Amino acid sequence: MYDFNYQKPAAIDDAVKALGSDPEAKALAGGMTFIPVLKQRLAKPSTVVDLAGLGLSGIRREGNALVIKAMTTHREVANSKDVADAIPALAHLASHIGDRQVRYRGTMGGSLANNDPSACYPSAVLALGATIRTTRREIAADDYFQGMFTTALEPDELIVEVSFPIPEKAAYEKFPNPASRYAMVGVFVAKTAGGVRLAVTGAGNNGVFRHTAMEQALSASFSPDAIRDVKTPEGDMNSDIHASAAYRAHLVGVMARRAVAACG
Amino acid sequence: MNDTTLPHIVKGGIGASPKRVEDRRFLSGRGHYTDDINRPGQTYAVFKRSDVAHGVIRSIDTSAARAMPGVVAIFTGDDIAKAGIGGVPCGWQIHSKDGSPMVEPPHPVLAQGKVRYVGDAVAMVIAETVDQAKDAAEALVIDIDPLPAVSNMIAATAEGAALVHDDAKGNVCFDWHIGDKDAVDAAFAKAHKVATIDLVNNRLVPNPIEPRAAIGDFDQSTGEHTLYTTSQNPHVIRLLMGAFVLQIPEHKLRVVAPDVGGGFGAKIFHYIEEAAVTWAAAQVNRPVKWTCERSESFITDAHGRDHITHAELALAEDGAFLGLRVKTMANLGAYLSTFAPSVPTYLSATLLAGVYTTPAIYSEVKAIFTNTVPVDAYRGAGRPETTFLLERLVDVAAKTMGMDRVAIRRRNFIPADAYPYQTPVALQYDSGNHEATLARCMELADWSGFEARRAESAKRGKLRGIGMSTYLEACGIAPSAVAGALGARAGLYEVANVKVHPTGSVTLYTGTHSHGQGHETTFAQLVADQLGVPFEQVEIVHGDTSKIPFGMGTYGSRSLAVGGSAIVKAVDKIIAKSKKIAAHLMEASVDDIEFKDGKFTVAGTDKSKAFGEIALTAYVPHNYPHEELEPGLDETAFYDPKNFTFPGGCHICEVEVDPDTGVVNLLNFTAVDDIGRVINPMIVHGQVHGGVAQGIGQALLEHAVYDETGQLLSGSLMDYTMPRADNLVNIHVGTESTMCTHNPLGAKGVGEVGAIGSPPAVINAVVDALRDYGVTHIDMPATPQKIWSIINAATPRMAAE
Ligand SMILES: Cc1cc2nc3c(=O)[nH]c(=O)nc-3n(C[C@H](O)[C@H](O)[C@H](O)COP(=O)(O)OP(=O)(O)OC[C@H]3O[C@@H](n4cnc5c(N)ncnc54)[C@H](O)[C@@H]3O)c2cc1C
Repeated sequence: MYDFNYQKPAAIDDAVKALGSDPEAKALAGGMTFIPVLKQRLAKPSTVVDLAGLGLSGIRREGNALVIKAMTTHREVANSKDVADAIPALAHLASHIGDRQVRYRGTMGGSLANNDPSACYPSAVLALGATIRTTRREIAADDYFQGMFTTALEPDELIVEVSFPIPEKAAYEKFPNPASRYAMVGVFVAKTAGGVRLAVTGAGNNGVFRHTAMEQALSASFSPDAIRDVKTPEGDMNSDIHASAAYRAHLVGVMARRAVAACG
Repeated sequence: MNDTTLPHIVKGGIGASPKRVEDRRFLSGRGHYTDDINRPGQTYAVFKRSDVAHGVIRSIDTSAARAMPGVVAIFTGDDIAKAGIGGVPCGWQIHSKDGSPMVEPPHPVLAQGKVRYVGDAVAMVIAETVDQAKDAAEALVIDIDPLPAVSNMIAATAEGAALVHDDAKGNVCFDWHIGDKDAVDAAFAKAHKVATIDLVNNRLVPNPIEPRAAIGDFDQSTGEHTLYTTSQNPHVIRLLMGAFVLQIPEHKLRVVAPDVGGGFGAKIFHYIEEAAVTWAAAQVNRPVKWTCERSESFITDAHGRDHITHAELALAEDGAFLGLRVKTMANLGAYLSTFAPSVPTYLSATLLAGVYTTPAIYSEVKAIFTNTVPVDAYRGAGRPETTFLLERLVDVAAKTMGMDRVAIRRRNFIPADAYPYQTPVALQYDSGNHEATLARCMELADWSGFEARRAESAKRGKLRGIGMSTYLEACGIAPSAVAGALGARAGLYEVANVKVHPTGSVTLYTGTHSHGQGHETTFAQLVADQLGVPFEQVEIVHGDTSKIPFGMGTYGSRSLAVGGSAIVKAVDKIIAKSKKIAAHLMEASVDDIEFKDGKFTVAGTDKSKAFGEIALTAYVPHNYPHEELEPGLDETAFYDPKNFTFPGGCHICEVEVDPDTGVVNLLNFTAVDDIGRVINPMIVHGQVHGGVAQGIGQALLEHAVYDETGQLLSGSLMDYTMPRADNLVNIHVGTESTMCTHNPLGAKGVGEVGAIGSPPAVINAVVDALRDYGVTHIDMPATPQKIWSIINAATPRMAAE
């Protein structure tokens, strides 16, 4: 990696200042994405601002919502009793991210800020209609994800926490990429007071997306059979050596039916 | 015959399973690998590599880079040429059908004139730190004119294809054949039916856990060069690099291969980086260290497999195999790696008889240059390729004939009483019993209960399949005279030096190299058993040309069959000399001395001397037959094998396919192998487990994919699917051994059987699972996408029926 300055501020304001005063500065959370990028010399930040000293971990209930702070690791989400009680599908999702080492280090904030098109959390955030609370504002999930590796975040804006409304029921089904084990196709479905929401990650050529045709079908009848004939346009799908667009489109259907079935 | 043990078992001797001695340091993080070595004053090398697959080097401007902080030196192909340094040599020469030698283009240490694959080294930057070397490498101004690239064999052999090497017309390195074409044509003329198959043996990236590394060191005062390297065969590297590349005589060149974290073939070959650091260390008068990174390994470690084959089997009405015709194209990559030409030819086509009595065989092999990483031996080296094509073809033949897959195999097996058996493709098998391994494997895998299990799966909407492979391979390479006649440029004997110390403990210096095989345990068991000394009192040393007299290293499952035989020979010399000393001490005739369980006795008396007493006498020769014997107890033996050895066996795999997703789930894997003498059953099981894991990796997961411009798409572990624990099942392993008849241990070799026997068993099971979908073949890897495509394509037709 290239040389860089390292800062570990103790207050959120200081972190924001450090990032705002230098366009080449970059935040570091669990480092599971960022450090490999540094090691391969694909990024050359002037300063790395470590968020580990900001006290940004923790999970709490807030009325009918579950609030998870940005630096909470995947392992903490996977093992949390609060998460298991409120949104077990989210704990299940977290327990299937990467491997044990990745789950010990990787964070929810890092995953959402990065918005990898095959990451798991974006589908949960979008399907549950969560709200991203940042150092500046609150962003609705529907406004937050803006295509592959692109979000509504400004360069000096940090995710502080994410608030998940607790659904009636929800489930996540993931078809892992055989090599990377990221989601080749991941479907998160949630039945909420406000209706059914179904988000797909890994498959789309523009990142995570809501499958509105399936949502409509499931709103009429929440059962796997209701979406059996709902097509996913191949033209919207990603394609690589592991899965063609046609195969991905097919898997979206299979994973969606399995997710609905898993809701019980 | 079942696993047998020599009659006198000492604790930890042959047949026992003591825990691996080497694991204490490996599991506690105390292994000592090349990258753990740091020499005083060491510098660091980084290789600047081509990022285009094919191009003309117009210029390399090093001036800015040279001015960067910490830079010690920068070398390019021009410097190498000026220094008169040769290319890295190829160790095996093949002749084409017309008698002409293979096209053997130079493989310069740093690219000269042209780059030929993504990863080809263009410059070497040496600096005080790795990061400084990387910074300077980025500051090199390199002007390469891209040329059209040929990234696969179809492109390389197309009309008007770009030439990787100008003197290899049509990109053909050689066009070779073996067998009797006329006899095969005659067999096909009278065939009742012909089974055919077209297949690809998928290209693989070896990926040992430890990436390659090399440190060059030069002692100005003595003029001695030392290379520390991640090698399976330090003496071979010394020979190739010293004699052919750098012209350093052996007595001034030491090659050390310390602990090596997995080789699988990829660490046999002499790589350009080894020569570069050795040479550069003398230029800069400081040690030069290079450690490969994982992404660099993907584009520089020799890849494996990559064959395209068309094969036809002529069948008689009763299912007898009458003749086999095979046409293969083998990808060599951009340059000839050390043993590349031997893999698709003598290590492959000579095994086309397999375990069958096919009387006529003819095989043609065209070896092709492409703009890809060089391809060479990878665990199994040629035998997995042949086994896959043969065992798939036999399943296709069963289908063609409407015969049962087991019945057609049994119909054609070489009977146990036909050994020794001369095949029509040069080899003479010494021993085997294919019915024994088949029967035991079928029993362990509950073959006969399969259809009931398939019906149960069907109830759950799943497609269950079972497949087998009854294979045979050749190990213990090789009788030097035979290897030489076939094109090897080296002898292939092995060497052991047994040093008995004055108090009776033993150090064994072996010319083989252990990089995961457990030699420090197995060989100690062997010596303990033969000399009757405790296992703990035997130390194994390997991997250093300054300590070991000579050796050809470890590959082709040769360590026990060839290296072990050298050990037995050296131990025999120790025993013979000891008997003379014992005879002197006990005032008896040497003919009356018997040696058993570590004791020398005079036949028919109660006189005896312990082995330790003899050793002490040899080194404190106060009462000693000086006129007849030299003091000391230290013997060296060179063993040249009389024949190859022929392990074989039966592998059975059971899978379940999820038709919704195309995922193939392994349910059961059973391997019953005939590997000859088993020294340590636990290590044998471990070797089979590892081999099968790699075979399953090839069958279901791994694939090195290039795009048409020559970029490696599966160039990292994020895209290249290495097998992981949850891809596997518990592998049931049994042995059902016949002894090798021509080496003193009866050992055949176990290092590669797992990787050789397993891939066709897996694919035969997958094809069987899809039996209702009209498929007769699926190329490896059988990925979910591929399986789903087959099911998806067939579904409308099936629905219509
Ligand atoms: C082997 C492996 C397997 C993986 N498998 C999966 C998988 O199956 N599913 C999956 O979803 N993910 C997977 N991941 C990714 C993993 O979840 C990472 O944790 C995640 O992508 C990044 O989180 P991090 O905390 O490590 O962030 P970092 O790598 O530290 O940062 C990532 C980016 O986010 C920015 N950032 C971090 N925190 C904040 C914040 N609070 N506010 C604003 N910006 C911020 C950083 O500046 C950086 O640009 C895998 C990773 C690896 C290495």
